[in-house]
Amino acid sequence: MSVTPSTAHLDAVPVGQSAVVVAVDCERPIARRLMELGVLPGTRVEVVRIAPMGCPMELRVRDSSLSIRRVEAGRVRVRPLAPVPATAAPDGTPS
Amino acid sequence: MSRPLVLLAGNPNAGKTTLFNRLTGGTARVGNYPGVTVECATGTLRCDDTLSAELMDLPGTYSLSARSPDERVAVDALFARGERRPAAVVVVVDATALTRNLYLALQILETGVPVVIALNMMDAARKAGLAVDHAALTRALGAPVVPISATRGEGLDALRAEVGRTLRDATAASSRDVPQVTYPRLVEDAITAVMAATLEAYADASPTAQRALSLWALLSLGEDELEGIPQVLRQSVADARSASGVRSTELDQAIIAARYAWLEGVVVGHLTSPASKPPTLTEKLDTVLLHRFSGFAVFVAVMYVVFEALFSWSAPMTELIEAGVAAAQGVVQEQLGPGSLRDLLKDGIIAGVGNVVVFVPQIAMLFLMLGFLEDSGYLARVAFLIDRVMARVGLHGKAFVPLLSGCACAVPAVMATRTIETRRDRIATMLALPLMSCSARLPVYVLVIGTVFSSEERVLGLFSQGALVLFTMYAVSVVATLGAAAVLRRTVLKGPRPALLLELPPYRWPEWRTLLRNTWDRVRGFLVDAGTIILALTIVLWALLTYPQSDAVHARHEAERALAAQIPVEAERAARLAVIDDSEKGAQIRESIAGRVGLAIEPALTPLGFDWRIGVGIMGAFAAREVFVATLATVFGISSGADDPVPVRAALAEATHKDGRKLMTPLAGLSLMLFFVFACQCMSTIAVVRRESGSWKWPLLMFTYMTTLAYLVSLAVYQLGSALGWGLG
Repeated sequence: MSVTPSTAHLDAVPVGQSAVVVAVDCERPIARRLMELGVLPGTRVEVVRIAPMGCPMELRVRDSSLSIRRVEAGRVRVRPLAPVPATAAPDGTPS
Repeated sequence: MSRPLVLLAGNPNAGKTTLFNRLTGGTARVGNYPGVTVECATGTLRCDDTLSAELMDLPGTYSLSARSPDERVAVDALFARGERRPAAVVVVVDATALTRNLYLALQILETGVPVVIALNMMDAARKAGLAVDHAALTRALGAPVVPISATRGEGLDALRAEVGRTLRDATAASSRDVPQVTYPRLVEDAITAVMAATLEAYADASPTAQRALSLWALLSLGEDELEGIPQVLRQSVADARSASGVRSTELDQAIIAARYAWLEGVVVGHLTSPASKPPTLTEKLDTVLLHRFSGFAVFVAVMYVVFEALFSWSAPMTELIEAGVAAAQGVVQEQLGPGSLRDLLKDGIIAGVGNVVVFVPQIAMLFLMLGFLEDSGYLARVAFLIDRVMARVGLHGKAFVPLLSGCACAVPAVMATRTIETRRDRIATMLALPLMSCSARLPVYVLVIGTVFSSEERVLGLFSQGALVLFTMYAVSVVATLGAAAVLRRTVLKGPRPALLLELPPYRWPEWRTLLRNTWDRVRGFLVDAGTIILALTIVLWALLTYPQSDAVHARHEAERALAAQIPVEAERAARLAVIDDSEKGAQIRESIAGRVGLAIEPALTPLGFDWRIGVGIMGAFAAREVFVATLATVFGISSGADDPVPVRAALAEATHKDGRKLMTPLAGLSLMLFFVFACQCMSTIAVVRRESGSWKWPLLMFTYMTTLAYLVSLAVYQLGSALGWGLG
């Protein structure tokens, strides 16, 4: 597993891959709830699946499964633990 | 001396309800928390031979930073802002997701209240190969940790004994070891900044609790919906947050991250997980149940079963209740002489009780189903699968089952909205779902379609005209429901977009005792709270449709009866007398308040294609929509059409306006059916929304918007149709 130097947003992480959270940039109530559920900078999350209609997505965090809408996932910055295919990470910014 | 109060707290899905039922046995009672509409159960917890406590089940929460009234109840009770100070708190913790579950426990420990940690799901943890050193965890947390399995009843005696020991200690030990989380400078400065306000707002709290309250306020206040927070504290928090000069979530993150860091330090040494994890049963099931094809197939099948249960399986019970009510009315009719008392008893009180009890089978059925789905973990998957659609109209994925149930009956459906976490989402769902075409509207559609639409004539060679009209009514109701939800969420219930931060809990086999208990609580709550309103409204409505009575009308019919009495053939005589009875009822209803109101508002009804008789029918239908048919029969002076709509249909088909125009044209029929699609013609729905929302404001808003919408839609359709020349046929 190679660590890529760049970050992506959580909604761009492909199914089956893991990432480490860098920042939670959602609106405050949502960010607070996410963080209290254990999604904090440094936490490892795995994208388990995406719902059949394309949203929401299922994450594995701290031994529990969490569903999160893509809009929210799009505001969680992560460092993927495996290379994200170039096409899937249009908004990856160097950290 | 009153018994000590022990609170039961924990994450949702941590097995709190099962544990509560196990600990309290049959002693549990459900009531409302003072001042709010959140229900809570309390029961007796026998710790040992000499000590028992009152155990109160708090709503399940992930943390203490409250957003909803449910969460606030938990916070109030813990910080003893309610009337009674808790002597101890039992925190239920799911051993299979230990760190996240301990987050809540840590927050509670920080308040300084004596805590016992019930380490639940030990059976599942063992199966997953997890080993927890609970003795070491006890030392690290400074609170006793008791491994249990609530579903199997393991470790419960040890837990009782530990609670007893803690309660006895609590009186002696004033200063206990509170976990010392190392918060960064940023957080400590903020605590210092708000401490003065906390001291002022909560002067009688202990120093430990005051520090915890300051932390709680910093994390919870701002963009919240909490009421009753002292202004001094609110202002101080706002000042401290802006003074810290960091991004709005940075302070929150610092507090939460410090707690998780502390917990990780505690848990790391005392939890052994297997090196490689084989896929769990839940993971295997989810590959099927959340699959894009098989997942939806199962979803449709499960929803079909729920709907079938509500619609069909409860029908025999409902019919039995209706037969019972009819039998009771028959007895009263025979035993008591004619008069107002008999009518009040028969058509007011017994009918009213019937109107309440008749909902019980459907409510029980829905809550058994819903409880099963929720406790098994599938309800969260339903939300996961369908959220995309619900999100479009600003609703939560969990609104789906209540909306679907609304197709059968809005009353249990409104009660089912309580699975939705945030109040705003719940109210929006509650106010929109009575637009779903419930089964009580069907008799109205059938009556009107049978009167003015053909079942022979085919449209496009496929569907009969009647079937197509019926389908249109259902389609309109679905569109209206989703549209209303979307509008409500953008106007009166405007607020932050609901986030679907939903836990997908492991699948578990529901415990039937918990299911039955929960179902009974719902039924009881309905009977007591909504039932009284429904009964009262039935009596009021009966009086409006009955009084005042005209002596002149009565005298006229008495004269006819005297004539009829001379008919020699008995069968003929009886038939003639029955016709006179029906005719008198019809003539009397015209004299009643409802009849007079109907006549008075006729000018407002004519533009919709209705006359005063339909107006009275609509008023009568407020008891329940299907009553429209029977009320109309009475107005037309024919025998009750509840079981046989044919005479009503015939009367309706022949009825004319005063100027001789036909009353029921296809256009008028369409207008009438659309009125029933939109109008809030159901006092039971109003009663149950009053109960579930906790105020009259929401049912009144619902009644107003639905009735206005109904009037405008019918008006538009009839006027537009007339202008286009459709109404002439």
